[in-house]
Amino acid sequence: MSLADVVASELPPQINPALPPPAFTAEQAEHLIACPLCDTLHEERDIAVGETARCTRCHEILEAPRSMAMTRIIMLALSALVLMVAAMFFPFLELSVAGRVQRSSLLDTILAFSSGMTAPLTIAMASLIVILPSIRFLSLVYVLAPMAFGHRPARHAEFFFRLADHLRPWAMAEVFIVGVAVALVKVAGLAHLSIGPAFWAFVALVIVTVLKDTFMCRVTVWKTLETRRS
Amino acid sequence: MEDAGNAPVLTARRAGMIACTECGKVHVPGPERCERCGSHLSSRDETSLQRVWAWLGAGLVVYVPANVYPMLKTTLLGKTTDSTIFGGVVDLMHHGSYGIAGIVFFASIMIPVAKFIAIAYLALSVTHRVKLSPGKRQHLYEVVEFVGRWSMIDVFVVAILASLVQLDFAAAINPGIAAISFALSVAFTMLSAQSFDPRLIWDASEEPEQ
Repeated sequence: MSLADVVASELPPQINPALPPPAFTAEQAEHLIACPLCDTLHEERDIAVGETARCTRCHEILEAPRSMAMTRIIMLALSALVLMVAAMFFPFLELSVAGRVQRSSLLDTILAFSSGMTAPLTIAMASLIVILPSIRFLSLVYVLAPMAFGHRPARHAEFFFRLADHLRPWAMAEVFIVGVAVALVKVAGLAHLSIGPAFWAFVALVIVTVLKDTFMCRVTVWKTLETRRS
Repeated sequence: MEDAGNAPVLTARRAGMIACTECGKVHVPGPERCERCGSHLSSRDETSLQRVWAWLGAGLVVYVPANVYPMLKTTLLGKTTDSTIFGGVVDLMHHGSYGIAGIVFFASIMIPVAKFIAIAYLALSVTHRVKLSPGKRQHLYEVVEFVGRWSMIDVFVVAILASLVQLDFAAAINPGIAAISFALSVAFTMLSAQSFDPRLIWDASEEPEQ
């Protein structure tokens, strides 16, 4: 028994790296699509706008093209960027106690950890609330805008779309909004609180982000990128 | 729908093909990267389980100081009190805000612990036989992936309180060192869940048919 055999028999069968010989040629594979979650092969069909194609085994959404999706995503991403700027600089919450008023903006919140041993958290906070969501919006506009105007995709569009997709779990604007709600209730008994314009800007930002993600279908964008590229 | 996991299906692996997990394109083995989207290609992510356990271990390790050290330092009229995560929940209950106490308890104690257990269960289910059907385990995986980021709420609440309640002498709230380890714990568990290759869930159920 060679070493390779031993390693193969020791490994659980499902991560045995040996693949059987390919059952399809590259041309045949053009008409196949695999479920990104469970690897089931499906024959590729044209999915009509508004329809949703799901995996037959795990029911994950494979394709869900929506009408005007590209234009809508660009518009929503641009509005999200404008709202982000507004949310940054206007006061977020105001607290008044015994005639003293304390205003807090998004920047103050990010800088809350900046003194003492919690300083590294400042960078994390800035990334999670402002930087990563903004990078996502910018890269989506960069990828989709040239295609919406009928041009060829921009250089490295593939990289930026992958970036936007990988950053999705780390862009936590909506988690932050719920955090604000919890903080509001915590302090409400202590002092008089009022909500500033930036809070509403941020709420709108969250709604816009959720809308944008429902319009966006990953596989459809990838296919469009591929056909426009060639 | 429950039986969907048992119906024989042709996966890319059984057909000897390699599928892209990002865009679904099917390849004849050979290229390192997907021809459509440029993602890294592999039939199964062989290092997946190693990375899952490594990140999970790291997450558990930093979860300990997150619970032992103070999350908030509250100064009221010159007197400073430290409160840990659990202490905060108890305080809220003393003040009568059971609703908020419930939310905080759920978000910062129940969910992280449930997530540790769920990820460990999923990773073990790849190498051991378990009762839960693959379809349900995939559902569990999706829930873990979705819920992960919401644990960050606690860190945000601390930051908001600390920036808002700065009334010099009368009252001030400052973040404690536990905030950093709690944030790290959430990030590590998210990385752990992301390292998991969900295709492994289905592979074990296919074996008897081969």
